[in-house]
Amino acid sequence: MKKLTTLLAATALASLMGTAAWSKTFVYCSEASPEGFDPGLYTGGQTFDAAAHTVYNRLVEFKRGTTEIEPALAESWDISADGKEYTFKLRKGVKFQTTEYFTPSRELNADDVIFSFERQYKEDNAWNKYVPGASWEYFSGMGLPDVIDKIEKIDDLTVKITLKRPEAPLLANLGMPFISIVSKEYADKLQADGKMELMNQQPLGTGPFTFVAYQPDAAIRYKANPDYWGGKQAIDDLVFAITTDAAVRAQKLKAGECHLMSYPNAADVAELKADPNLNISEQAGLNVAYLAYNTLVAPFDKVEVRKALNMAVNKQAIVDAVFQGAATVAKNPIPPTMWSYNDAVEDDKYDPEAAKKMLEDAGVSGLKMKIWAMPVARPYMLNARRAAELMQADLAKIGVEVEIVSYEWAEYLKLSSDKDRDGAVMLGWTGDNGDPDNFLDTLLGCDAVGGNNRAQWCDKEFDDLMTKAKETADVAERTKLYEEAQVIFKREAPWNTIDHSLAVVPMSKKVSGFVQSPLGDFVFEGVDIAE
Amino acid sequence: MSTVQNTADTKTGGTPPSGLSEFWFYFSRNKGAVIGLFVFLVILFVAVFAPFVAPHSPSSQNRELLLLPPVFQQGGMWGHILGTDAVGRDILSRLIYGARFSLFIGLVVVTLSVVSGVLIGLVAGYFRGKVDTFIMRIMDIILAFPSLLLALVLVAVLGPGLLNAMIAISLVNQPHFVRLTRAAVMTEKSKDYVVGSKVAGAGTLRLMFLTILPNCLAPLIVQATLAFSAAILDAAALGFLGMGAQPPTPEWGTMLAEAREFIQRAWWVVTFPGLAILITVLAINLMGDGLRDALDPKLKRS
Amino acid sequence: MFRFIFGRLAVLIPTFLGVSLIAFSFIRLLPGDPVMLMSGERVMSPERHAELMHQLGLDRPMYIQYFDYLAGLLTGDFGSSIVTKRPVLDDFLQLFPATIELSLCAIILAVVLGIPAGVLAAVKRGTWLDQSIMGVALVGYSMPIFWWGLLLIIFFSGYLGWTPVSGRISLMYFFPQVTGFMLIDSLISGQAGAFKSAVTYLILPTIVLATIPLAVIARQTRSAMLEVLGEDYVRTARAKGLSPFRVIGVHALRNAMIPVITTIGLQVGVLLAGAILTETIFSWPGIGKWMVDSVFKRDYAVVQGGLMLIAAVIMIVNLVVDLLYGWVNPRIRH
Repeated sequence: MKKLTTLLAATALASLMGTAAWSKTFVYCSEASPEGFDPGLYTGGQTFDAAAHTVYNRLVEFKRGTTEIEPALAESWDISADGKEYTFKLRKGVKFQTTEYFTPSRELNADDVIFSFERQYKEDNAWNKYVPGASWEYFSGMGLPDVIDKIEKIDDLTVKITLKRPEAPLLANLGMPFISIVSKEYADKLQADGKMELMNQQPLGTGPFTFVAYQPDAAIRYKANPDYWGGKQAIDDLVFAITTDAAVRAQKLKAGECHLMSYPNAADVAELKADPNLNISEQAGLNVAYLAYNTLVAPFDKVEVRKALNMAVNKQAIVDAVFQGAATVAKNPIPPTMWSYNDAVEDDKYDPEAAKKMLEDAGVSGLKMKIWAMPVARPYMLNARRAAELMQADLAKIGVEVEIVSYEWAEYLKLSSDKDRDGAVMLGWTGDNGDPDNFLDTLLGCDAVGGNNRAQWCDKEFDDLMTKAKETADVAERTKLYEEAQVIFKREAPWNTIDHSLAVVPMSKKVSGFVQSPLGDFVFEGVDIAE
Repeated sequence: MSTVQNTADTKTGGTPPSGLSEFWFYFSRNKGAVIGLFVFLVILFVAVFAPFVAPHSPSSQNRELLLLPPVFQQGGMWGHILGTDAVGRDILSRLIYGARFSLFIGLVVVTLSVVSGVLIGLVAGYFRGKVDTFIMRIMDIILAFPSLLLALVLVAVLGPGLLNAMIAISLVNQPHFVRLTRAAVMTEKSKDYVVGSKVAGAGTLRLMFLTILPNCLAPLIVQATLAFSAAILDAAALGFLGMGAQPPTPEWGTMLAEAREFIQRAWWVVTFPGLAILITVLAINLMGDGLRDALDPKLKRS
Repeated sequence: MFRFIFGRLAVLIPTFLGVSLIAFSFIRLLPGDPVMLMSGERVMSPERHAELMHQLGLDRPMYIQYFDYLAGLLTGDFGSSIVTKRPVLDDFLQLFPATIELSLCAIILAVVLGIPAGVLAAVKRGTWLDQSIMGVALVGYSMPIFWWGLLLIIFFSGYLGWTPVSGRISLMYFFPQVTGFMLIDSLISGQAGAFKSAVTYLILPTIVLATIPLAVIARQTRSAMLEVLGEDYVRTARAKGLSPFRVIGVHALRNAMIPVITTIGLQVGVLLAGAILTETIFSWPGIGKWMVDSVFKRDYAVVQGGLMLIAAVIMIVNLVVDLLYGWVNPRIRH
């Protein structure tokens, strides 16, 4: 029987209907079509779910349900005392997947790892421009071209990465989907056959699931990889049913057409919770929405003014109106699921009376300001205009007149970075790798002024902590530094931290073994379904 | 989509109605048209006097009564005859205010496309030659795109919103008027009365606007009616796709788009806005049929 | 005849150039630049921005970009998506069969129901039957089809549970794409129940998309029939004592069909416009949904290429209809 299922699963043409009695098929109702299947090329979460977390592995990965790094294709690693040399020992006996087109002749080795890195930044690599407009957005977005000096093979199973400067967040970066390890042998064969574009259409890696087929805008099919180094999965087939409409996803889940869905409508959550056949998993998302003042422009260069404005806004009302409860009020710039989150920090209390007085004491009266509201819904802020209207009403109570402005999204992103921007801008951030540096330094560091640092806030004390933390490899020590940074942040109030939205994952009661990822990924390794 | 029958009819659409009473005689023979006119007048009345007719403000939210069903269903109440939406706004009031938007859209679009279309069509049909070829080539280009797709992309370029949606719809509608006017002008131009005025020394503008245009009006009026209803449909479709009027505007298509997520839970938030669109468009189309009967001598015969 | 064909083709070329110019300039008029959107909230360094603009060729003068684009079109290169990096033409060819399948089913339904309904209404002119057929047709003609689709989903999928909500076939079935037409592929696959499943997924979208063409065809058939029935030769045929069925079915219908065929040809644009809404409602993976999604993702390259390809399809179909019409009705050739 076991043999029969494998046989059937192996024939790509096998009807799932026909094999339903014998094989276990897990259906996931996903929210969007993947941009492609080469994780290095893209930035969309749906792409990473469809390619990186199914077909591929990385040197290190995030422990399920956490943002902690654990060994994956690298069994262990050493970091030199100066923090500039990382030596990875690769796992032995890792097999790449076998498909009709390709049968691997060797196991994973250092060549594959080096190739996976070099194709993303060495312009003389034949694969650097293998699709038109390939830009390796994440690799450069995370600053790796400026950090990595060279990557060398020590022996078949040892790889050494040398950095230009110490960079403690590197390990977390290497756990990210974009740096998945691809097969050099497969790449060579594609190149020899003149079919390089297949790298992005028929992915092949070391992961738990083997890619079978993609039906555009409809479904992606995988089967369990029998040779997976982590052991063959309990389910035989995995199907992503692409369903862009959240209400339809919910309906399919209730009808039993899929086992698990992503991103329900906030309005549907209550009903899904009431369904006796469903389980709901909830977790604070790795994100933050904020209102950034321009700290270079008077009177917002004064801490008291920023504090007063923060105290005048009823954030709980915003969370209720915009998220219908599916979010928590934010007090720190990093979300509570992230290590080093400082729960001892006290939020500015909602107190219009005190705020009004504080503003008067600061010598500010008749203040008129602009609030920028995003034109699009983002996971951390579903309806920016509604939130802005609520702030407008709150601030009116302390005598501040607010004008709400908005621009087309690309314009908004660009104009909001301007140093002489007029007004406070609403925006947010979704974490990439679970490292606090990815929030704190990226969004509030001095280097980011005129860029990601929309508050244009450069605080020497805060920035020194960031630099120090980057150079420190020890996590306990880094935790202390980041906790301190959060205290400074709250004291100086460059932002009004608005909310962290809640990630809700409804699934059938038959599903077991699914662990929600704080990074917002949908990972199906280890799931099972009861008959 | 509606031009098909009418372009075919233009060759005969020359004779003007000889009087209002004759017009009414033929119009009122079509019972559907009279019903359509009546319904349209009711909608017009409701739209104009919305603040007095509507039981609630279209934007006031009653947070106690979210997704309240209509009165005839269990759980409904007389305060909200057609129920409430997801944030507790009265659906009936929103529909009543929505009528303003729909009629306004129809009016603006028809005015814009008729004025521009007739002017361009007059020029093309009167001068012929290279001007004509050039104009008709441009119209061909516009007509080579599905109208809704072109409007959608245009609105994306201009930025989503009611005003831009109206501009986009006018632009994609206007070639029909150009073609119609041009065809009518071409037939009229060779007729004796035109040649006569020309000989008598009438200037070009006078010939175009005072001699020829009035005699081409009948098919234009019929087409304008159809364009009116088509504009309401297109604007609602754009609103539905999220590119027309933006929430919280109580435009019917936009209301439908907002209601989509409640399709399984609250049928009324989905049903009523669509019904409002259908009734309005149907009433106008009924009138259009009546107008054609009354204005088109060829069909009068049959 | 050849002169006629060549004449029509010669007209197509400037139109096509105009279409390309419009599609090209539209996306340049869109606010914001596509490169900014590639990194979302993460701000791109000015150097990186310039590098990517250069890589995509967006830093060159407009006219050079345009001529480059035209040169690409001649070699069948419609550009590549900014989001997926896949060639626009590949995506179009992969998704187009789904739209054709839906549109064909819709037009067949519209013709099969619309012509008899129109004939019946004409023959029974003035009776309650005529009035109800024309009444229903006018309702169909006035229908906001995006709402109509939602109503059908609420009733047939939600309340009765008879039809699926969205998609092309149940996920239980999986077979290779041969023709791209689900009905045919499901038959070829030989899997039990696959064809039936494909049909159930097709029913509601077909009804929705057929609604307006059906109404137009019924109305057009009726008025064409009325005209023909009044002609002398029909009266003569009647007077000769031919059976009414023969008179209507053979003599009258054949002549009435000429304007109706033109009407059907003109429905192509209507169908593609309708496909945008229908595919969006039913998550039908065709080019209508593809275009709407691309507009929202601001995938300018796809919007530009898609506009071109769709306009080209419409122009070609119109040309074919024109030629057919000229062939059926030689009078208009000159």
